[in-house]
Amino acid sequence: MTRASLVFAALLALLLPLSLLAGRVWIAPYGDTPANAALILAELRAPRAVLAVVIGAGLGAAGAAMQGYLRNPLADPGLFGIAPMAALGAVASFWAAPLLPPAAAAWSLPAMALAGAGLGMAALALIAGRTTSDAAGGAGGGIALFTLAGLMLASLAGALTALAITLAPNPFALSEIVMWLNGALTDRSWREVWIAAPLTAAGVAVLALAARSLDALTLGEEAARSLGVDPRRLLALLVVGVGLTVGAGVAVAGIIGFVGLVVPHLVRPLTDRLPSSLILPSALAGACLVLAADSVVRILPLVTELRLGIALSLIGAPFFGWLLLRMRRGRL
Amino acid sequence: MTVDASLASESLVLARGGRNVIENLSVRLAPGEITAIVGPNGAGKSSLLLGLAGLLPSAAGRVTLEGAALAALAPRERAKAIGYLPQSPDIAWDVAAEALVALGRLPWRDRGTAHIEAALSALDLRGLRHRPVSRLSGGERARVLLARVLAGTPRWILADEPLAALDLAHQLALIAHLKTCAMAGQGVAVVLHDLAVAMNHADRVLVLKDGCLVAEGPPRDALRPEVIVQTWGVAARWLGAPGRMGLVTGD
Repeated sequence: MTRASLVFAALLALLLPLSLLAGRVWIAPYGDTPANAALILAELRAPRAVLAVVIGAGLGAAGAAMQGYLRNPLADPGLFGIAPMAALGAVASFWAAPLLPPAAAAWSLPAMALAGAGLGMAALALIAGRTTSDAAGGAGGGIALFTLAGLMLASLAGALTALAITLAPNPFALSEIVMWLNGALTDRSWREVWIAAPLTAAGVAVLALAARSLDALTLGEEAARSLGVDPRRLLALLVVGVGLTVGAGVAVAGIIGFVGLVVPHLVRPLTDRLPSSLILPSALAGACLVLAADSVVRILPLVTELRLGIALSLIGAPFFGWLLLRMRRGRL
Repeated sequence: MTVDASLASESLVLARGGRNVIENLSVRLAPGEITAIVGPNGAGKSSLLLGLAGLLPSAAGRVTLEGAALAALAPRERAKAIGYLPQSPDIAWDVAAEALVALGRLPWRDRGTAHIEAALSALDLRGLRHRPVSRLSGGERARVLLARVLAGTPRWILADEPLAALDLAHQLALIAHLKTCAMAGQGVAVVLHDLAVAMNHADRVLVLKDGCLVAEGPPRDALRPEVIVQTWGVAARWLGAPGRMGLVTGD
């Protein structure tokens, strides 16, 4: 285990018990415990904490892999079509749910969000895979076209989501959709954990398979191919890995932005800066960040809980600006 | 039966962007030699190098590595045999020199510590191993990038304008390193713009124009003044002693 992994694993080990104790009701480890403490821990806080860890780990690992693939420290996995497509699927489920039998309706949101992510993955692989397959005449247009295809997909999904919102069947559905789009972990149960955890674990494992190929990309696309990297295999691993991690996250928690962008930057100075050294520590650091942020929004003394997605964007956007300024000074 | 130890193209046609950039070209690189590829801008030098490295699929004809079709080789096996040095790549992450050199071991999937140390020593980089690439000078960076190729212990080294960003002293030093590789039995092909470097340091020269081979052979033959006029449209003659010749342009 590398230094960065150890640091963030230790931090996570510290944060996890703290987040279980924190909330509207403080549960002290010793002395008087409030009524229902066991119930609160087992059915509310534990699944919520585990889900924060799962989603944060997925977003962190996906961000590290995406920045490695695009050779760009400003890449966020949410920008490239998969998360917006998953969100579109989820929003569509608000329309579909009333038409389904109640048993199916309960599962329609995560199922349709995952279907949206899958559709986004397929579209990305189809467009970008076509351009890498002819080796772009050696011109190496593959990654540039991947970026453009991802942005195209993201704006299309965004437009369709906006359309679905404006055509919402009733004001209640409208507020449901808008609330849901700003991701949160409020009132999540073990059911969401069982949906997201296996998919995220599989996604992180797939991204780990791509790690050494991402290292080769440090030298550019042609040098990477000269080192034996198969661009189509790499694209496939990346799309599947990011699709599983980000898709699973959106399916159970809505859109949580900026984690994938910010976390690799926190990790990079502790490593040798190669993408392969970032993926596991970024998963751990992402878990720490989402867990900490979710614990904070839970204990803020507000009438309604601040949505986690909003809170992270509030932190993330200024960080992004600071990053841009730092880049202008050439220190990235 | 003789063993074919060459890297060769047979009636090779390469296309980029729907246009043929290499037309029906048959060349043969020999191990232990430095082959210089020269020609005007747009002659297809870099494309030929990519084709020989197996990185640009052929539209017709084929490239053979030691007698076997290069295209049929698995990418990792090809990468173990042929090291390709692109023209001054931008390095995406600010890694330490040693970590960059270690990337050369990727096709082997081993740590290859001995080979990395050998490459660092060969290019006099042991003192710079922990320095991030952003804090290397142009000459140091060029050495690190070549060391990355050497760390992969390829039988063939194909370098695209490795001297382009270097001052005179670093050009000579890099050429000396490539000569050492050739003497150790590696086959070296370099795209060059400076004809004097090709004349003085190459064992063989390929002169390209518009995707076709205009001349090839030992430098004294391939870079005759007639060839230079015909290829670049510049009247020129060679002055000086063999191995230290200079090109004088104008009538």
